[in-house]
Amino acid sequence: MSETFVRRSRKTASRMVGGEMVVLSVVDSSLFNLNETASILWQAADGRTPLRAIVEREIIPRFEVDAETAYRDALDLVRELGDQGILELADRPIEENR
Amino acid sequence: MSLTEEINVRAVTAGVPLVAHLDITYRCNERCVHCYLDHDDGGEMTFAEIDRVLGEMAEAGVFQLTISGGEPLLRKDCFPILRRARDLGFNVKFKTNGILIGEGEAAALRDLCLDSVQISIYSHRADVHDGITKVKGSLERSLAAARFLVSQGLRVKFANVLMRDNANDYPHVQALAEEIGAGFTLDPTITPHLNGDRSLLNLGINREALNKVMRDERLVGNVGEFCAPPAAVGDDELNSFPCSAGHSACYISPYGDFYPCVQFPLPCGNVRRESFGDIWRGSPQLAEVRSVKVRDLPVCSTCVHAGSCTRCPGLAYMEGNFRGPSSADCAKSFARTGIESAAMRQRS
Repeated sequence: MSETFVRRSRKTASRMVGGEMVVLSVVDSSLFNLNETASILWQAADGRTPLRAIVEREIIPRFEVDAETAYRDALDLVRELGDQGILELADRPIEENR
Repeated sequence: MSLTEEINVRAVTAGVPLVAHLDITYRCNERCVHCYLDHDDGGEMTFAEIDRVLGEMAEAGVFQLTISGGEPLLRKDCFPILRRARDLGFNVKFKTNGILIGEGEAAALRDLCLDSVQISIYSHRADVHDGITKVKGSLERSLAAARFLVSQGLRVKFANVLMRDNANDYPHVQALAEEIGAGFTLDPTITPHLNGDRSLLNLGINREALNKVMRDERLVGNVGEFCAPPAAVGDDELNSFPCSAGHSACYISPYGDFYPCVQFPLPCGNVRRESFGDIWRGSPQLAEVRSVKVRDLPVCSTCVHAGSCTRCPGLAYMEGNFRGPSSADCAKSFARTGIESAAMRQRS
């Protein structure tokens, strides 16, 4: 089974404002307000930790959900954020390239 | 309500300083005739101090950070400061005159994924621009920098402060911005010197030039709407806050001084002696600024423009009372609508 790794795009700025994560794409200035689950995934998206491990560590203990459903929902969510250009997805760890 | 407005409301409600401006130096390689700063180095914060303050600002919730000066690139650690700010998740707007930006610096700025770079351009004519900056060749160098930055894919904006000497040049600066692929913003307001000297205001444009600006559709959009007589002032307007300064915005000087805004130099603390968060939450001066609603302004609350005026409490403060009127904004309201403000009527 292949792994999915996620990393916050360098072309974003983000901050927790009043309990919700706000993300701005510096490419086109589009602004996103992430829900609780997306905020958790965003904060954990370090490019090194597999998504499945993030879900097991951060999502399952917080929500009443089985592991497979949680992972599938998380995968849908990170793909959506990837399509928006604010999250990078890969099947191997994403290196720093500064 | 747009998402931006919603986030602003959330920030004010939660007491979050969403927007901050950090000047990392007042030193400058230009000597602009209208500049309100003293360019001597009065003991700038070190990189370690700025690093700590940036961390405190991130923790307090600052999201949009303007880094400026003086000329910020005169600091050898300007790039490490910008890097640190980006690593902490700030959306960084950078203000510079561009003189020190060549191809290499433009590429380095691109790699930082900044929101935008603002460059001051006063005129399309070198003699006028250079006459304002007091640096020969400065227009050429600033425009070259803008071209380098745009070619790297950075969002560049020209800031055009209007004065008597360049009052008629802004359409050409705007055209130059379009040609280069930059944005454009015009500012007809001259700020008094931070030391209180108001003589700089004599450099400002006259009433006729201001009227022209207020009726230029390339600047204001629909002139009929923009210059329409003010709507009746109701409770919503009177119960609103005059400005975001101190509510969701603040300013830090190169020496650590904390003000509600760069244009509102009311001392609220110093980040060298207290943490950013402690000042933001505990400053009595900020509490006083936050307590003032439009209805608490003795003159402006009676003004027909109270709901639409761009009144700057900082400019009012520099006139002697931050609850008082700001003459520059009275002049703008009058130029826009032809209707005198309450303060103008009192004076006449």
